[in-house]
Amino acid sequence: MRKTLLESLTHGSLTEPAPAPDDSALAELATKVDRAAQARLGRSLAIRQVDAGSCNGCELEIHALSNAFYDIERFGLRFVASPRHADVLLVTGPVTKNMRQALERTYNATPDPKWVVAVGGCAADGGIFKGSYACVGGVSEVVPVDLHIKGCPPTPTDLLKGLLALLEHVSGKG
Amino acid sequence: MGILDSIPHVSAVLSHRPWPRAVVTEAGWRAAIDRLVEGGLTLLGFWGEPAAVHMAMLDAGSAEIAVVTYECTAGAFPSVARRHPPALRLERTIHDLFGLVPTVADDLRPWLDHYVWGKSYPLSGRNASRDVRPYQFLPAEGEALHQVAVGPVHAGIIEPGHFRFTANGEHVVRLEQWLGYTHKGIESLMQGASLEAAAKLANRTSGDSAVAYAFAFARAAEAALDIEVPRRATYLRALMAELERLANHFGDIGAICNDASFALMHAQTGILRERALRAADAAFGHRLMMDVVVPGGVARDIAPDGITALRTLLAEIEKVFPRLIELYDNTASLQDRTVTTGIVKADYARQFGAGGYVGRASGRDFDARRTLAYAPYDQLSFEVPVLEAGDVNARVWLRIREVEQSVTLIAQILDLMEPGEIRNAPPAGRGACEGLALTEAFRGDVLAWLRLDDEGCVQRCHLRDASWFQWPLLETAIEGNIIADFPLCNKSFNCSYSGADL
Repeated sequence: MRKTLLESLTHGSLTEPAPAPDDSALAELATKVDRAAQARLGRSLAIRQVDAGSCNGCELEIHALSNAFYDIERFGLRFVASPRHADVLLVTGPVTKNMRQALERTYNATPDPKWVVAVGGCAADGGIFKGSYACVGGVSEVVPVDLHIKGCPPTPTDLLKGLLALLEHVSGKG
Repeated sequence: MGILDSIPHVSAVLSHRPWPRAVVTEAGWRAAIDRLVEGGLTLLGFWGEPAAVHMAMLDAGSAEIAVVTYECTAGAFPSVARRHPPALRLERTIHDLFGLVPTVADDLRPWLDHYVWGKSYPLSGRNASRDVRPYQFLPAEGEALHQVAVGPVHAGIIEPGHFRFTANGEHVVRLEQWLGYTHKGIESLMQGASLEAAAKLANRTSGDSAVAYAFAFARAAEAALDIEVPRRATYLRALMAELERLANHFGDIGAICNDASFALMHAQTGILRERALRAADAAFGHRLMMDVVVPGGVARDIAPDGITALRTLLAEIEKVFPRLIELYDNTASLQDRTVTTGIVKADYARQFGAGGYVGRASGRDFDARRTLAYAPYDQLSFEVPVLEAGDVNARVWLRIREVEQSVTLIAQILDLMEPGEIRNAPPAGRGACEGLALTEAFRGDVLAWLRLDDEGCVQRCHLRDASWFQWPLLETAIEGNIIADFPLCNKSFNCSYSGADL
């Protein structure tokens, strides 16, 4: 174990420079973020991920945000276990009807101010599962969405760009 | 002797490939159930249609497979689950989707149907409604017992599902799962879809096994259409399948250790996982390699610098991984958590036909790559590790050994692959036909069954994740363990919610 730890210290960091915030995300957010909330949060956002029926592909890439290459916590973004601790809900999936109520309840359990980020093609409009008897089709059908991050699944870099845009706005820099 | 020789049947369906499908009478259906109960055959799949039910069964000794079909002329079929518990959730699903009634069922609670779809029996093709009843969990009675309800929204970045624990102090007396939260209606979306659209759905049945699903779906379609796949395409498919296995096993090994609060391993395997995904992206243009395996072959060839990316990945794994194995093996505090925790009994693994590391860590020596030897695994040399202990530790070691095998498989494929065609386009329609295929995903065997219509579109498709036969064993593995060890046990299974919810 010592060797592994030592090597992590002596070898250079794997963490890569931050990507620029996504322009289209900035544009989408420009009209939505409440300035009054900005001062309260500073440069820190707690994220609660909610899988509303995804294929689990998006979850894999959201997980990757915490690895050494992307290291999301350096930006003040961190994943929390309860919606009560969250500022942001990161929602994936076409919102299955079986998950609709759980998503609504999670949203209601999240204190204001809060933002909802819909991740992936399914979360935008149901994607490939659109039209199924079992899907609502799109997160915005159930809770208000502030930002969409597209992709099937979005890469960790896409996710970072979107979340950084949100962070910039929330902290009043956008 | 073939499987069907011992099961009285009316007629064999000629267009079903590569294994036979036969329509059976009630006596035949009951004889098939007898063979499952005796243990001579293993249940591979159990699915419905508006007026029929099918069971796929495996004779592990001879590696033979057969499908039996019971036509439900009166909207009912003799219950399989009543005598063979591994069929239970699938049977409840058949009732939920098609409204067919298993007679006489001991347990006909809904499984996927949470009464919010706006219609009952959505695939039955008729308007019938079902009485809405509150979901009743199975009872556990005794002094000082209490219940803990967890989910569907869990604390981590994981899929949704409900776990109902009954505990005595810290010890779990009973765990009951209630899933279905991610049910997307994939079987209904498959109906009438073109092969191309259906393959995309197959890729997204369980995103972590996108390649394995696409592979199984493509092989089922190729079997139905009776077309060959160019050799280079089979190698490219296996390359992707092994990369997918590597990435998932790295993720799992780290995540299991992380659930025992050993974050160092998680950080280290997280790096290897990311490198594997980047190599996949460089080689095949998508980190999870979605939509590359298609019926007839592969959609695109490996990128010119993909081979270098893969060789660099292999070198990195060979350098780093042995040290991580040593780290796992020599950390007593970690072993203290994983050894003897969450034991799956060998009898259950066999009875349920549990695939993947869950089955193989409990002595069930089955791997579709070897037992069924589909291309190109018939050309490759590899070992299938099997352990007996059945605990979390054994499931970690299984993954470690499988990582080593996948590394040698990728190296072999890179050496063997020669230039050539990568796709035989499927014919535009060859009359109605049916195909069945199994592939080995990282978590176990995926079964794909489909029927194509005259135009070559999908008429029916059923995809069966390995998790169907693993989730119930998690309920047995946690019994007597403390609640705090549940995340560890659960992660060591890493069952798919989406794959089993369909």
